Amino acid sequence: MRRIRAAVTGAVTLSLVLTATACGGGGEDGGGQATKTLTYWATNQGSSLEVDKKVLQPELDEFERRTGVKVKLEVIPWSDLLNRILTATTSGQGPDVLNIGNTWSASLQATGALLPWDAKNFEAIGGKDRFVDSALGSTGAPGKDPAAVPLYSMAYALYYNKQMFKDAGIAKPPTTWDEVVDAGKKLGKNGKSGIGVEGSNLSNNIHQVFVLAKQHGADFFTADGKPDFTSDGAVAAVKQYVDLMATHKIVAPGNAEYAQNQSLSDFAKDKTGMVLWQTPSQTFASQGMSEEEWGVVPAPVPSGKPGTGTSTNSMVAGINMAVFKNTKNLDGALKFVKFMTSDEEQIALNKTYGSVPPVKTAQKDQAFSGASLAVIRDTLASSAAALPQVAEESQFETVVGTAVKELFADAAAGRPVTTESVKAKLDKAQQQMPKK
Amino acid sequence: MTQTAVTPTREPAVRKATPGGARTTRRSGRRRLALPYLLLLPALLLELLVHLVPMLMGIAMSFKELTQFYIRDWASAPWSGLDNFSVSLDFDGAVGQSLLKSFLTTCQFTLLSVGLCWLLGTAAAILLQENFRGRGFLRTLFLVPYALPVYAAVITWAFMFQRDNGLINHVLHDQLGMGDSPAFWLIGDNSFWALLAVSVWKGWPFAFLTVMAGLQNIPRDMYEAAALDGAGIWKQIRHITLPSLRSVNQVLVLVLFLWTFNDFNTPFVLFGEAAPEAADLISLHIYQSSFQTWNFGTGSAMSVLLLLFLLLVTGVYLLLTSRGRKTSDV
Amino acid sequence: MSDAAHARAARPRSPMAPPRSFLWTRRIVLALLAGFVLLPVYVMVSSSLKPLEDVSGKFEWIPSGLTLRPYADIWDTVPLADYFVNSLVVSGAATVLSVAVAIFAAYAVSRYTFRGKRVFTVTVLSTQMFPGILFLLPLFLIYVNIGNATGIALFGSREGLILTYLTFSLPFSIWMLTGYFDSIPRELDEAAKVDGCGPIRALFRVIVPAARPGIVAVAVYAFMTAWGEVLFASVMTNDTTRTLAVGLQGYATQNDVYWNQVMAASLVVSVPVVVGFLLLQRYLVAGLTAGAVK
Repeated sequence: MRRIRAAVTGAVTLSLVLTATACGGGGEDGGGQATKTLTYWATNQGSSLEVDKKVLQPELDEFERRTGVKVKLEVIPWSDLLNRILTATTSGQGPDVLNIGNTWSASLQATGALLPWDAKNFEAIGGKDRFVDSALGSTGAPGKDPAAVPLYSMAYALYYNKQMFKDAGIAKPPTTWDEVVDAGKKLGKNGKSGIGVEGSNLSNNIHQVFVLAKQHGADFFTADGKPDFTSDGAVAAVKQYVDLMATHKIVAPGNAEYAQNQSLSDFAKDKTGMVLWQTPSQTFASQGMSEEEWGVVPAPVPSGKPGTGTSTNSMVAGINMAVFKNTKNLDGALKFVKFMTSDEEQIALNKTYGSVPPVKTAQKDQAFSGASLAVIRDTLASSAAALPQVAEESQFETVVGTAVKELFADAAAGRPVTTESVKAKLDKAQQQMPKK
Repeated sequence: MTQTAVTPTREPAVRKATPGGARTTRRSGRRRLALPYLLLLPALLLELLVHLVPMLMGIAMSFKELTQFYIRDWASAPWSGLDNFSVSLDFDGAVGQSLLKSFLTTCQFTLLSVGLCWLLGTAAAILLQENFRGRGFLRTLFLVPYALPVYAAVITWAFMFQRDNGLINHVLHDQLGMGDSPAFWLIGDNSFWALLAVSVWKGWPFAFLTVMAGLQNIPRDMYEAAALDGAGIWKQIRHITLPSLRSVNQVLVLVLFLWTFNDFNTPFVLFGEAAPEAADLISLHIYQSSFQTWNFGTGSAMSVLLLLFLLLVTGVYLLLTSRGRKTSDV
Repeated sequence: MSDAAHARAARPRSPMAPPRSFLWTRRIVLALLAGFVLLPVYVMVSSSLKPLEDVSGKFEWIPSGLTLRPYADIWDTVPLADYFVNSLVVSGAATVLSVAVAIFAAYAVSRYTFRGKRVFTVTVLSTQMFPGILFLLPLFLIYVNIGNATGIALFGSREGLILTYLTFSLPFSIWMLTGYFDSIPRELDEAAKVDGCGPIRALFRVIVPAARPGIVAVAVYAFMTAWGEVLFASVMTNDTTRTLAVGLQGYATQNDVYWNQVMAASLVVSVPVVVGFLLLQRYLVAGLTAGAVK
């Protein structure tokens, strides 16, 4: 008996193996092959993926009720998003509609996988001029049809701890970098520190040094899109940012390794007095800090008065919505984008996520005129600039972000950060960019 | 011995030959000829599908200029000849220089990690060979690092290695008073040691498991005979246990080596998107050079170079370790 | 009498008790190893019982505020139960198939000489040297093309992931099993053949039982390879097929890292695996019985 059983087991497993290689069976199908369905990849905006699903599903149901098009939602964690988009691009098996970080617009545009938003497509969703200019500035390379449309907008602002400011005797929140340094020094006592940075978070590093470079009148790319990381302005900008830790010592050395929003929990725990961030109120709340305990003012600029050019005080942060070019349901996809960018949805969703609508009419809603969001809205309207819209943007984030991270590591270890050392790091970064 | 292509292999190393080889039953020659191939067929098909064909495609990629402008349609990417290789191997340029540095770091890391994993695993397996109270408990406990999902384990270590709030500095600095200020573990030079600790913690249970299973195949009477001859426990370990583990060890060390050398998950979870230079392992480096910078051609070229290196090392290793072994299958 | 019981009974009682030096070495080494293993486990347990504000603050050996909230919250933050089932199905299926395929292949390599054997073993081994990140894209492309040509969805499905993982562990499984099979005295299966067993029956009647510890070790390896893999899972799954290895990252969101929940969830999902190891123990130690070799 045992022999037979063994032989049967063997035969069964073998045939199982063979069939497994030959036929995989069911599973999900990617793109919407029927015109009645769409696949939508959403980004993680809320406090968890599940929260996002709960927020979006009712809206998608509403869309289905109105148009008869069923939207299959998948919320993609940030850690996977770029790789998922890459594989989708390579294989052609992607969603119909997807959210992207707006800074990736030009990079993804270069792959040719996204539907260009020409006049006709814009017409289908109610026209280009419904959107705020600054948000449109981060939708693809200049001179080309945008690769995406803005969905949620955010900007940087300076958040400060009211009690700590009071204790340190600082009457008014800083508006210039000198004031930031002064305030930081006053705050930095008894194991507390002035301002928090997220030294190992590459994107955040980029956002900060980009703005500082603008304030020094410099750009990381030349007008024709070549990397130019070692200009005096760029070097000065990076050095100024790292000097907050290296020279002024208003940043605690430990911040050099932060990459998981630890600077926000430090802030919520009254360990640092200031932080430059985009819409962190949700996080403050979950760390046990209530709305009354913090204040917000526009991010600092040399002149004290934010504006354009050297008075730029934020990058244009946000999420764009794009349509995959090989969607089989273009009509449905456009309808869906139109739905998501309608005033009604814009107000509802941006309100929930604590962001600002990039749609002009929706922006006027009461929900966005509270003190904290008004700062963001005004920054977006008047003093935010889009990150370089070049195809190599993600390479730029990686190499320059890493350079800043390494400089923070030097500063934290007590090694000197000089103009030369900054320039050397940036030079190395530039060499790693693809040659044209 | 029969004259067909299919004959039993020579005796395994462990036992002396007995006159059994020729006593094979007679079956139809054809079936016997086909049998080993049939047994290998499923493995072969799977390897072809999942490993070999993609690998060949990967090698082809290394000769192409595969940037984001072309990934949508690979066929359209221009051939770039050996450009990707010359960039990777130009040790004066930034790309080649950092690749070389990453390679050397990885070699050093792999040697230390494999050595420690093997040492701890073998020591634990041998020490747990005899029965004593608590043996079953320890045996399960030692497999716990292996049972935790990699992400969970590594993120916990990252949590412990935090400079200001982590356990490691709490013990070293706050409680033992070492150093003037707390050390960084996740950035800077110490990150190498942090990575090594995590890698060993995660890797040694596998060595333990493998050696433990290997120990079960050592016939008990060998120990009994040795004990009767007056050999003490240390002698038994040296003269019976370790030599008997040879064939398991040969595979184990190679497995650990390749595994550690190509480890991606550990540094990726521990350090995030950009590893500090001191802990910039090659697989993460290649990931950065391909996925994050969207340059799959150069990334593939680096991988091909890595493949060549590992093939060379493995070949030499097998040649050295197989010498003197009777079964020279590989 | 079961094999396991037999093995335990047959374990020799050393005529000489181990010397003190050995006992002390054993105590010290095992204690250190236990400490090393337990340290992160302790951190996980204690952190999983702290409120979020405390976890992200300075480490304390004894938590000051204890809460069970994280254990309730983990189910709402990510669909943990779904991920767990996915991981279990994928890892389980990959393990069973991988071990089965590896047993056949290792049997062929260990007991036969045939043309192409060397090529086979070297090729299979060499697949382990190519970094996974580089054949990720080609493999994905192949799966998609198979899907387009035959309608079989391999990407995004559990089946595709099973196929991938089973192949990942295959080379080492074949190698290790070949090693274990080699160390099983050949007389055993020769004897079975004399008794009239075919080669396959000899494999299952003699070799597989004798190599049980090795097979269990390989199965554990195959399972853990699939259980922990992050990179392929992150692009080859969608939210209905996502595995734990990737899913746990859901506790680190754009805005917050829920350290306490990550730890709680990791512990919860690891308990069944550890229990599984516990149950497998008797197979790990029940190997060749002393009588069988004679």
